[in-house]
Amino acid sequence: MTAVAASQAGFQRPSFWRRTQNSRTAYLFLLPALLVMAIITFYPLVFQVWMAFTDFQLKNLRPNSPGPAYVGFDNFTRILDSNIVIPNFDFVRVLTFNLFWAFSNVVIHVVIGVIIALILNVDGLRFKRIWRAIYILPIAIPPIIVATVWRNMFDPQYGAVNQAINGTIGVLFKLPPFHLDWLNQPNPIFAVGPLILPLAYFALLTANIWLGWPLNSVVATGALQAIPKDLYEAAEMDGAGYWSKFKTVTLPFLRPAMLPFAIYGFVITFNLFALSYFMSGGGPIGQTELLVTTAYRLVQEQHLYAVAAAFAIFQFFILLIITLATNRLARATASFDS
Amino acid sequence: MTTPAAVAPRIEIQPIARTATGSGRRLKLGNQVVLQLVCLLIGSTVLFPVVWIVGMSLDPRNIARPDSLIPPGANLDAYARVLARPTLNPVSFFQLALNSLSLAFIISALSVGLGVLAAYSFSRMKFRGREFLMIAVLAVLMLPAVATIGPLFVSLNRVRLGGFNLGGSLLGVALAVTSTQLPFAIWNLKGYLDTIPKELEEAAVVDGAGRFQAFRHVVLPLSTPVLAVTALFGFIAGWTEFITAQVFIVGDPSQWTLAVALNALVGQYAGSTPWSTFAAFAILFALPVMVVYLLLQRWIVSGLTVGGVKG
Repeated sequence: MTAVAASQAGFQRPSFWRRTQNSRTAYLFLLPALLVMAIITFYPLVFQVWMAFTDFQLKNLRPNSPGPAYVGFDNFTRILDSNIVIPNFDFVRVLTFNLFWAFSNVVIHVVIGVIIALILNVDGLRFKRIWRAIYILPIAIPPIIVATVWRNMFDPQYGAVNQAINGTIGVLFKLPPFHLDWLNQPNPIFAVGPLILPLAYFALLTANIWLGWPLNSVVATGALQAIPKDLYEAAEMDGAGYWSKFKTVTLPFLRPAMLPFAIYGFVITFNLFALSYFMSGGGPIGQTELLVTTAYRLVQEQHLYAVAAAFAIFQFFILLIITLATNRLARATASFDS
Repeated sequence: MTTPAAVAPRIEIQPIARTATGSGRRLKLGNQVVLQLVCLLIGSTVLFPVVWIVGMSLDPRNIARPDSLIPPGANLDAYARVLARPTLNPVSFFQLALNSLSLAFIISALSVGLGVLAAYSFSRMKFRGREFLMIAVLAVLMLPAVATIGPLFVSLNRVRLGGFNLGGSLLGVALAVTSTQLPFAIWNLKGYLDTIPKELEEAAVVDGAGRFQAFRHVVLPLSTPVLAVTALFGFIAGWTEFITAQVFIVGDPSQWTLAVALNALVGQYAGSTPWSTFAAFAILFALPVMVVYLLLQRWIVSGLTVGGVKG
């Protein structure tokens, strides 16, 4: 009797060693990465929070310099009051522009990406592999080069864009040479409340469309190729036209692939440093500045490390809200077994 | 009606299927021609900036106006200038490339080497704190690299040994970039490891292998492609890194990387950028990356589409 009870107890409750063995091995595998991340990722984040409540500046960088003073929420209120030395900085305007920038780009990228994927997916189209290889080129060019080349192409005197307009519309209608300074027009094209869109925004948008649609097209292609062909045949038998086939067969297959990728694209575009910094320089009058370029200027140009730390905390919460709103975190952390 | 929307949204690394062009229906000649023209139009918009920059690099006048694909008097002078002394500082292109190369190599090795162990643990084992740690890694992934550059710069500047200052060195840049590449590597690798059947390891364990042996002899060989792609991402991130490199080492031209030098090249002549030199530099800088992309594009592109990467 007692032997049975004991074995039952043993069955219900494996030994401590057995219970923890798995966890121990798991942590052994994790240890190197966690150790490194603790030092170079998590520690700076904690340090950042501390810095945000001090007046840490360039002079505090020197070895054996006295510690910075505690200033409470000063840095945070300075940012919200747009009082951070950077000329033409307006927190609400930059945030609004940044959100609109990411949203407008992603919508256009997805639409163009899907359309071109559909074209490349037409049965019997020749040279598909060559076209796909060419279309992927923008992704392979380092962002600093992409941005600088596009800045050059929007040059008022020699830029390719003005030359192309002069060479086509200009010649056709016999117009005088056209020297529009795309990146430096101070008067915005569109201004409602905090949303201000200068001409430079449209130049940046053009460059980023060039840069952004290919990857969307690749993802869409992957989804399109997973659609069983007989679904189309069945739809045809039901007398479906091109549009209704797209709506009932293609779209439901595209959505699960494109939606997560659009969210990912939103975050990438929201934090896209190179175009704003190298192409328009945040101008004119700071109107195409993003949160990331502002953060960089705070560190590299102003050396206001404490304000930059507070700014990064704002950035973190803004991104957290975006992430939670899209509910990605929960889905992506689903366990392997489920 | 079955809803295809129920298909799992997770995008996994797998080569994009090669589509047999001749299969299925034949396209009418008219449609074929129209579609080819559309493709050509799209292709020309994609290639235009590339052609523009090649034209600039060959132009002996060093101006920002390539008026034809092969400008008058086209020569390779700009390339010679770039190779000898690309910026005002006495640093050769070779030295810059070597700096970028070592930076890229350290980042790549650290992120894949540490990342694959952690990814295996997240993918295969249940342990206390698993969910919490995964969310911690993912949350870091959402942050742009710029967001932690201040505290990283400040704390690395405190590590000084004699004349060596970690905050002003390439090694410091490598650590800073690794701090964002490692979470990406973990996430990217975990996504792939999830797709390797557990049964393979279980069979190895039944045959008497330990956990680590099963990992080394079963899982690692099976994940070679994703290891290569993740290593390549780390490599490209290091090769093209600008922000941290500019903050950390801009004061010491002997440590400059290609990206820092390129920025100096555009900036230091304010208004009169030497465009041919810039273009030749940009081509030499981008070419290795582009060649690798074209060779491995089926793998890279599908790898790029795996969840949350940061720019």
